[in-house]
Amino acid sequence: MPGSTLLHIDGVEKRFGGFVAVDGLSLEVKAGEFFALLGPSGCGKTTLLRMLAGFETPDCGRILLDGTDIAGVLPHRRPVNMMFQSYALFPHLNVSDNIAFGLKRAGMARDEIATRVAEMIALGRLEGLERRKPNQLSGGQQQRVALARALALRPRLLLLDEPLGALDKKLRDSTQRELMDLQRRLGTSFIIVTHDQDEAMTMADRIGVMNHGRLVQVATPRQLYEQPASRWVAEFVGDVNIFEGRIERREDQRLVIACHNTGAIVAAAPRQSLAGEAVCVAIRPEKMKLSRQGPAEAAIQAGAINRLEGTVSNLGYLGDISSYGIALDAGATLRVSVTNTARVDVDDFRPGERVVVWFEPDDCVVLDP
Amino acid sequence: MSTRQLFTRPARRAAIAPYLWMVLFFLLPFAFVAKIALSQSALAQPPYLPTFDLTAGWEALKAAAATLSLDNFRLIFSDELYANSYLRSLLVAATSTTLLLLLGYPVAYAIARLPERWQPIAMVLVIIPFWTSFLIRVYAWINILQHDGLLNQVLMALHVISAPLVWLSTDSAMYIGIIYSYLPFMILPLYASLAKLQPSLLEAAQDLGASPAKSFWLVTFPLSLPGVGAGVLLCFIPIVGEFVIPDLLAGSGDMMIGQTLWLEFFANKDWPLAAAIAVMLLGILLVPLLVYEHIQRRQLEGKQ
Ligand SMILES: Nc1ncnc2c1ncn2[C@@H]1O[C@H](COP(=O)(O)OP(=O)(O)OP(=O)(O)O)[C@@H](O)[C@H]1O
Ligand SMILES: [Mg+2]
Repeated sequence: MPGSTLLHIDGVEKRFGGFVAVDGLSLEVKAGEFFALLGPSGCGKTTLLRMLAGFETPDCGRILLDGTDIAGVLPHRRPVNMMFQSYALFPHLNVSDNIAFGLKRAGMARDEIATRVAEMIALGRLEGLERRKPNQLSGGQQQRVALARALALRPRLLLLDEPLGALDKKLRDSTQRELMDLQRRLGTSFIIVTHDQDEAMTMADRIGVMNHGRLVQVATPRQLYEQPASRWVAEFVGDVNIFEGRIERREDQRLVIACHNTGAIVAAAPRQSLAGEAVCVAIRPEKMKLSRQGPAEAAIQAGAINRLEGTVSNLGYLGDISSYGIALDAGATLRVSVTNTARVDVDDFRPGERVVVWFEPDDCVVLDP
Repeated sequence: MSTRQLFTRPARRAAIAPYLWMVLFFLLPFAFVAKIALSQSALAQPPYLPTFDLTAGWEALKAAAATLSLDNFRLIFSDELYANSYLRSLLVAATSTTLLLLLGYPVAYAIARLPERWQPIAMVLVIIPFWTSFLIRVYAWINILQHDGLLNQVLMALHVISAPLVWLSTDSAMYIGIIYSYLPFMILPLYASLAKLQPSLLEAAQDLGASPAKSFWLVTFPLSLPGVGAGVLLCFIPIVGEFVIPDLLAGSGDMMIGQTLWLEFFANKDWPLAAAIAVMLLGILLVPLLVYEHIQRRQLEGKQ
């Protein structure tokens, strides 16, 4: 029954001594959902996962799985499995026995175990490695054994703590796709902790951004990126240009904001706002256009476009995009990224060159400062 | 760079140091002992024949060598006294080692689970007795175990017994002495292997449905087996040859092989027989060592 709530975290709090690691956190995860937890180091992601797995007890709040409170349920009785960041493979057991460990504890029949292990071996593409001990495997293979072991019991909920941290980029990309594939096929709910925003964006149905033990925003990847709930989220997720200022006036669907060091910026106005209120304007670097001439004068007059002038101060070539640092005449510095559509770029801007930066009001997000 | 080049010349020269040590302090003395074991006891100085006189010429050496024989070993096999001594030694060593393991494992386990900053302190406490001479500590046990000693006083004060028990000169006293003396040798290697265990392995076991007790037997214990092996060897081998503790604490009935050896050597002045006993003892002790070595090698091969 996809769509129904599997996990309900309700006001959970965890303290270590006087330090609040998880601070009254609430969250719902649906059955079959791929949920990613993103947040700076030390914000309580691992602590939250450990409470779900049963290795830490919440100081207050409830954790409901399928509607029943699992507060008092010991880790070995929870229908939740965890893939550890360090993999935690049993060094004295071979690949098959590692995978079969949980199945044996569950009291499954011998031939059933053999079938399931073979299935998981195939799923982890570990054929031929069944008799190897963990220290005879590569990092990527160990990671797949850890995943196969955690999935063998067909848990309702799988917790993954930075599962791909140890892999190189190529292997990480392919493993991400495998994970998504797997998750869809098995219908298991995944909660994955990651430091890698691209990873969270690629894989997750929804992302929860944590800071200081709280969830500051829970949203789909697109919402998170395009409609960050706060300046902190906007700055944490992806690159962003932030301009501080005050609301000058409102013109039907537009706000005119006087920014300290860019001049007036016209932004879409989705929210209640008072003239004189201090706000900040957030614009993603790829939403801005860069040119030598800029848009037609008429468009600017109509308030349909923002136009800023400045000089290129530096540029970084990143392969797919080039990132320009622009020093505006009004004083602000900003980042603009330009997609490199052609192999030989005839139109790249050199440091010191005069340029015009322009962007649509709809691409601006107005946030509390 | 090849691995061969990694070892510079001085390093390669240093690598023979342990072999030199073996030859000088083990093989050479052992050759002397083996030679004495093949000699006959005699009223002479030294008390055995033949002696090799390197100045007497080739023929004399050959004649002397011809008188070497296995008589002493035959005697050891023919007289039950020696077989009993060996058996008692092995039995005492096996019993004590088992008790040491049963006692030492929980202690080592508890220390390994202490908060990290307490662990070194606990280990120091385990080792502290070594700062006093071994002999003095065994004498102290005589004091504790005697008729009006501390043990009987405590037991009577607790109303466990109504009259003093005889402890001294019994096997119990000997076992108490052995276990007391060897416990650190059991705890140290056990602690070393238990402290290395990653806590996340136990969490993984529980996450996969193993109760805490099951996790211990399926994860902790198997992973501590290298420590168990080292501790067992470290205790078993010296206990087989133990002399002081049984001599001071056990009764005068059955003797351990160390005591028999001492008797032949000092009381009977039969150096060749004593030497033969020692050679046999070494042969017996080689068995568990070879087994351990075999197991270790198999594990190493598994790792590659
Ligand atoms: N057992 C503990 N005792 C005391 N403090 C702890 C304990 N476990 C975690 N903490 C603290 O709680 C906070 C959150 O830790 P947690 O491991 O959940 O962070 P995290 O979000 O997983 O960080 P990272 O991304 O670096 O893994 C940290 O400040 C950490 O120091
Ligand atoms: Mg963490």
